[in-house]
Amino acid sequence: MSETIWLIPLIPLLSSVTLMLFGSRLKASQIGILGVASVGIAALLTLLLAVEFMQNQQVIQLSLWTWMEVAGFAPGISFYFDGLTLVMMSVITGVGFLIHLFSTEFMEKDPSYARYFAYLNMFVAAMLILVMADNLLLLYLGWEGVGVCSYLLVGFWYQHNANGHAARKAFIVTRIGDTAMALGLLLLFTQLGTLDIQTMVGEANQTWQVGDTIPLIACLLLVCGAVGKSAQLPLHTWLPDAMAGPTPVSALIHAATMVTAGVYLIARTHGLFLLAPTAMTVVAVIGITTSLMAAFTALMQTDIKRILAYSTISQIGYMFLALGVGAWSAGIFHLMTHAFFKALLFLGSGAIIHCLHHEHNIFKMGGLRTRMPVTFWSFMIGSAALAALPMTSGFFSKDQILLQAYQLPDIGPALWVAGLLGALLTAIYSFRLVFVVFFGKANTEPDKDTGWRMAVPLSVLCFLAMVGGWFMIPVTEVFPASDGSHPAHWVEYVSISVPIVGVLLAYFIFYSGRLKIDGLANSALGKSLGQFWLSGWGIDWLYDHLFVKPYYGLANMLKGEPVDAIYGLIVALNQTFNHWLSVAQSGRIRWYLASMVAGLILVITLAANLSGGSL
Amino acid sequence: MDGLNIPLNHILLVSSLLFAIGMLGLMIRRNIIFILMSLEVMLNAAALAFVAAGAHWGQPDGQVVFMLILTVAAAEVAVGLGLVLQVQKRFKTLDMDHANRMQG
Repeated sequence: MSETIWLIPLIPLLSSVTLMLFGSRLKASQIGILGVASVGIAALLTLLLAVEFMQNQQVIQLSLWTWMEVAGFAPGISFYFDGLTLVMMSVITGVGFLIHLFSTEFMEKDPSYARYFAYLNMFVAAMLILVMADNLLLLYLGWEGVGVCSYLLVGFWYQHNANGHAARKAFIVTRIGDTAMALGLLLLFTQLGTLDIQTMVGEANQTWQVGDTIPLIACLLLVCGAVGKSAQLPLHTWLPDAMAGPTPVSALIHAATMVTAGVYLIARTHGLFLLAPTAMTVVAVIGITTSLMAAFTALMQTDIKRILAYSTISQIGYMFLALGVGAWSAGIFHLMTHAFFKALLFLGSGAIIHCLHHEHNIFKMGGLRTRMPVTFWSFMIGSAALAALPMTSGFFSKDQILLQAYQLPDIGPALWVAGLLGALLTAIYSFRLVFVVFFGKANTEPDKDTGWRMAVPLSVLCFLAMVGGWFMIPVTEVFPASDGSHPAHWVEYVSISVPIVGVLLAYFIFYSGRLKIDGLANSALGKSLGQFWLSGWGIDWLYDHLFVKPYYGLANMLKGEPVDAIYGLIVALNQTFNHWLSVAQSGRIRWYLASMVAGLILVITLAANLSGGSL
Repeated sequence: MDGLNIPLNHILLVSSLLFAIGMLGLMIRRNIIFILMSLEVMLNAAALAFVAAGAHWGQPDGQVVFMLILTVAAAEVAVGLGLVLQVQKRFKTLDMDHANRMQG
């Protein structure tokens, strides 16, 4: 098995190529089978690999061939497989398979069925390359690959202008981070002479001391890349707009896998980050700030997918917090559980949207509890896990993060309090969603219920979201062990009780109506604050005025080609002279003759005068 | 030398006058035949000057050049009349102001 791990990304890739070339000639059922089965086989192979890995704990390094060789720089197409890779691969292929299955029903009526699965399979392949890469260059290839697939899938329904705009936004904003990341790779290569992750980290530890400047710069550049890809402040604005894509795409790319690539990158290069404590603090602060900001924004949204999008941003903020405080395995653990419950929530919302005539506004839903029971339970379980209610998967991972954050000296307790506030908000907004959508009076009647291809993935993900917290992820060998100490018990109790308080608050506000917030919401301050949060803290507006509008202005100015105007002037002058001269070319012999005589007289007179009369 | 002894200046004056008349005719005449005739007048004015100068210095060169001019004029008239025929054929007129299609 260890020699054939290259098959895992290859199979979805081949399927993708097949669908691209022959998709138009295949029947819809064949397309669906090909698209789903390729990822299914990859998932099976990953499962086999996982079983083998659990037995022998063997790290696999597989070098296929040298990609290129230039002056001592020889990155290979080579894979590195350890516990961390295994976790990521399981999430990608496992959750990916379920989402593919879900898609077969969700996209059934779409005319571009083959194109959809081609992109989705290509995404899985690129994401697998990203996590399996042995060197940062191959990782970057996967990184860009998933970016392209994300672009293609966000703009999948390109017939609408807004979708194309959202796709471009997603691509361009992440590109800002990617550029910084490429600079980071160049810096690391010039300093260490290699991009093989394991060798590089070893070299770095020999070359640099903790707290040196160069690793700090390199780490910050890598963080920029991670921030762009994982939609953290200040580059998070693309993710809510990316919801323009089909909902299963949002589940796979913008919740479960691609957006966590930044978390994976930092975890994979944690050896470097340990050399730069400042960079880690930056990561933690970015994480917690993003988390809180996104949670406040999610409170006010009315579009079901935007709520989930902001919630994703917020949860990835928690992962960043975990990485920043050195709780590597907790961060990866949260990545995994988040993939389960967020994919579940997105697929659930997809089911609602599918059955409710593409309705996105939660206040137009209502009362779906009895009408769509499978979806209802999916949402209950998903929201419980998202809110980190005890015994759900989200509880275990988020609890670990908060407790480890608390133990950090100096800023630890502050991070913990902020994290708790975020957890409270998470509980409120996720159960606001549940109460508004599934309880109360029905505003729109669903025209159908979910079929088995939707129900099965939902049920499996429900199961995973419930029990995912009991999984032991095999990353103890990958990350340095934490000191294992536990904070005081009251810290733990507070951490557990806060989400419950949040759920109760949501219950009283949005279900029983015991708690009236209308007065608060309608006050001047409440209104403007609500508007502010609804717009995502005005960041889109700010960027629009700070970057987009000036850029458009500049582009408009340059559209007239001001530099060319100089050359245009020369041309115009020549043309004017030409015009003047061509007037003389009248075609009249007498006129030529007269001018010739006049010229002759002029020349003779001049010559006579100049020679001083001696002629 | 025998015969009339006309001063060179007078002959040159006549020659210049002839030349000027020819040039004026060239400029103000529109009929191509007259233009050609004016050209002949100008050529002969120049020839007269040559002959006069040759006589003045007692050199045969002036007369040699006169012979040359005579041939050139004959050739020129041959070509010129050919052109006149073409112009008449194409434009149905001999007015050169109407044959002004080559303009910038």
